[in-house]
Amino acid sequence: MSARALPFAVALAAMAMVPLFSTSPFYVNLTSQVTIAAIGALGLNVLVGHAGLNSLGFAVFPGLAAYLVAWLSTVGGIDPVFAALVALGGTLAVAALFALVALRTTGLGFVMITMALCQIVWGAAYRWTSVTGGDNGLSGVPRPGGAWLPLEKPEYFLWLCLAVLALALVQLGRFFDSPLGVALRGTRDQPRRMGAVGYDVWRIRFVAWMLAAAWGAAAGLLYAWYHQFVSPHMMAVTASAEVLLMVVAGGAGTLAGPLIGAALVVLLKNLASIWIDRWVMLLGFTFVVIVLLMPDGIVPGFNRLTASLKRLRPGPAPKLVPRERADG
Amino acid sequence: MAEPALHIDGLTKQFGGLPAIADVSLDIMPGERHLLLGPNGAGKTTLFNLICGDLTPTGGSIRLFGSELVGLPPRKRTGFGLARTYQILTLFPHETLCRNVMLALNGLRRDKWRAWSPFGADASLRAEALAILDRVKLADLADRPVSQTAYGDRRRLEIAMALALAPRVLLLDEPLAGLSRDERVMVQDLLANLPEEMTVVLIEHDMDVALAFAERITLLHHGRVVTTGSRADIAADPRTREVYLGA
Repeated sequence: MSARALPFAVALAAMAMVPLFSTSPFYVNLTSQVTIAAIGALGLNVLVGHAGLNSLGFAVFPGLAAYLVAWLSTVGGIDPVFAALVALGGTLAVAALFALVALRTTGLGFVMITMALCQIVWGAAYRWTSVTGGDNGLSGVPRPGGAWLPLEKPEYFLWLCLAVLALALVQLGRFFDSPLGVALRGTRDQPRRMGAVGYDVWRIRFVAWMLAAAWGAAAGLLYAWYHQFVSPHMMAVTASAEVLLMVVAGGAGTLAGPLIGAALVVLLKNLASIWIDRWVMLLGFTFVVIVLLMPDGIVPGFNRLTASLKRLRPGPAPKLVPRERADG
Repeated sequence: MAEPALHIDGLTKQFGGLPAIADVSLDIMPGERHLLLGPNGAGKTTLFNLICGDLTPTGGSIRLFGSELVGLPPRKRTGFGLARTYQILTLFPHETLCRNVMLALNGLRRDKWRAWSPFGADASLRAEALAILDRVKLADLADRPVSQTAYGDRRRLEIAMALALAPRVLLLDEPLAGLSRDERVMVQDLLANLPEEMTVVLIEHDMDVALAFAERITLLHHGRVVTTGSRADIAADPRTREVYLGA
């Protein structure tokens, strides 16, 4: 294992051990929520951090996957694992169609078009009551597993989520270092030059879009199984904004940033709301502080801090070496 | 007569009602060193952008060794052997010089789609990039990020990025802009040592360097070709003086 992978392995191992130290399922479930949010944020980070495409409609991917798996395994009566595979394929198919529209734009146009596409699906979920259950959503979504893998138990479900997160970290970590990952950042920084040296900028962005959609869908499947319930609220603009907040607060373009951002948002949301009624205000204040102190996000901000601390610390004292005597 | 490397016929580009390039026809032969001359706003960079595909012409034809370029996206034109440098530096500031060149080298290869193995792992790609950096005398800075290099180094990296494509036709847009005297000499040497069979079209305002380099010159003014000819013809032509001095 490389030195870079070590902190991630330690963090994931610590999260996997939460059930051993906590008797109540509350903290186990909370860890699952952080993990699911982190998978989604990692997906969005492909677009925001590496492609330079800021999406305000990312929730459409987890939303579609969650609705598809919920409908197929309740109304459709299909086995949850098979339903999940169909949901994943269906989400990717819709994502490919959306790409034809969304990838015609960049910048502010991309923000608006992704938001609009998400609103279309949200509207369908909200209004097409006979299929989606409308505002009531779909409940009773069965988790997969059985006697050999009791996923209805919180600790087993957490371990499944962590396994998916580990997969996402390995796949994305390798992707970001690969020729295609470097090329993707090239299309972010100098799209014109990338075309001039022979790269197909649209296709590279398409790959990034599909990768983001795939991890978004994975998060959506886990979300549907975790709550065993889906509702249109998971595709509301605020849901998309929340994922974007996780990426930006943690540090767009870094591998650890989305994890830290996801932990921050989910923990604030769940823990602060116990003590403070107006926890959204606290969330707001936290982000104002982050933006003021670390405008690139927590991970880059922390890296800069340690770098400047290193400069402050005096280096090792120069060794006293007796000068050779000229007359020797 | 041999087939021209670059054959431009009746090329026109209108921005709204304003003709930036008006009915330009030009033949540049293989291996030729060709200079585009003209005051600011004459349409020199616009002509480059039309040849490379960054702009779509209103009318006319551009052929590279007989293949029509109009209608093709820039990346396809690169595949036909066309490369350019930019007047405004267009580099990847977060990457090292070596990785900038490696990225350009990968542009025409299938390896660019690899999504699992690390970018830096290919030793032969790195060796190729170092060889190109050596040609522009930047090999000793290979592992420094672009953001930590001097302007003159970046200008030469700009040329290295184009050389990485091993072009048959190279378009250089003011490669000497903003360089110091020593750096100019260095780039001048670099230009003099380009492969003989490479066709080079140059936009440059440094007349000493440009005239020493170019065999043939085209004078542009208000988007039109005023005259095309050998170095001596253009220098002797009274219209050159007229365009430049407004006499």
